[in-house]
Amino acid sequence: MIIYLNGEEHQIEAGTSLTTLVSGLVADPRGVAIERNRMIVMKSQWDQTILADGDQLEFVQFVGGG
Amino acid sequence: MLAGDEGLTEAAKDLNQDDSWTVAGRTFKSRLIIGTGKYRDYAQNAAAAEAAGVEIVTVAVRRVNLSDPSQPRLTDYVDPKRYTYLPNTAGCFTAEDALRTLRLAREAGGWSLVKLEVLSDQKTLYPDMIETLEATKVLVKEGFDVMVYCTDDPVFARRLEDAGACAIMPLGAPIGSGLGIQNPVNIRLIVEAARVPVLVDAGVGTASEAAIAMELGCDGVLMNTAIAEAKDPIRMARAMKHAVLAGRDAYLAGRMGRKRYADPSSPLAGLI
Repeated sequence: MIIYLNGEEHQIEAGTSLTTLVSGLVADPRGVAIERNRMIVMKSQWDQTILADGDQLEFVQFVGGG
Repeated sequence: MLAGDEGLTEAAKDLNQDDSWTVAGRTFKSRLIIGTGKYRDYAQNAAAAEAAGVEIVTVAVRRVNLSDPSQPRLTDYVDPKRYTYLPNTAGCFTAEDALRTLRLAREAGGWSLVKLEVLSDQKTLYPDMIETLEATKVLVKEGFDVMVYCTDDPVFARRLEDAGACAIMPLGAPIGSGLGIQNPVNIRLIVEAARVPVLVDAGVGTASEAAIAMELGCDGVLMNTAIAEAKDPIRMARAMKHAVLAGRDAYLAGRMGRKRYADPSSPLAGLI
């Protein structure tokens, strides 16, 4: 199925949890915050969050800025 | 008595007393805050933070670079255990965008001290105070400690404080312009009326302008471009450290009165 991750189409298997998705993409998830369909998903909820077709995800972190 | 005070006069010991400031219950010794944007790389940024002697750095919230995970990460250079990260909302032009950004920042970092800025247009990056005030109210209700970038309008400064802002941060001049403190009268009026810390945020271009902000009685200065775009950012970082200290001391010392004509410093009596 298709999800949208940071604005880009992304193919995943049905039943994928957020934890599984993150671990395949981000080496160190500390400091990463995630929004799913404009709602923040707290880290403690990643395990039980099973992604659905068409989900819009944002992965953000701190970067240099003024 | 502080360590190293042995043998000093009482007056000299007095000068060594702690001159810290407190925002939202957190106490800091350095009155300089620097940004982490526009540096050649994060290593230079880290060296500047060291030379500036800062304890707080501003950071932005952006998408994780998923296509190139080997990109350097800020946290590997500017240690969040050593520096207090102050997440900002740079690039947000509505209250809604700013709220979304800071909620994500709180989730990413786990702390509630944030810098709010809601901008009006790309050309001036001037704060949109209607949106800023609305966002401040919501953030305070949600338990954030909000340091607010704002215009140098003393009335809006008071409104922000009444809305629960934990620090008022008027611009000296537009962001990244380096034009210095354009409206010292308003900065002074804001400082005199405020019951929370006031920091000049944006507009400082060189060390003397940071000193002016402090001489006006500000509790601190926040800057990015003045250091990052100096020919030698590390040296400018150190210059800013000294300027903030000098300006603060000059404010505490109280400047002499201005006179219309000369007043000799050597005695007139006993002239040969």
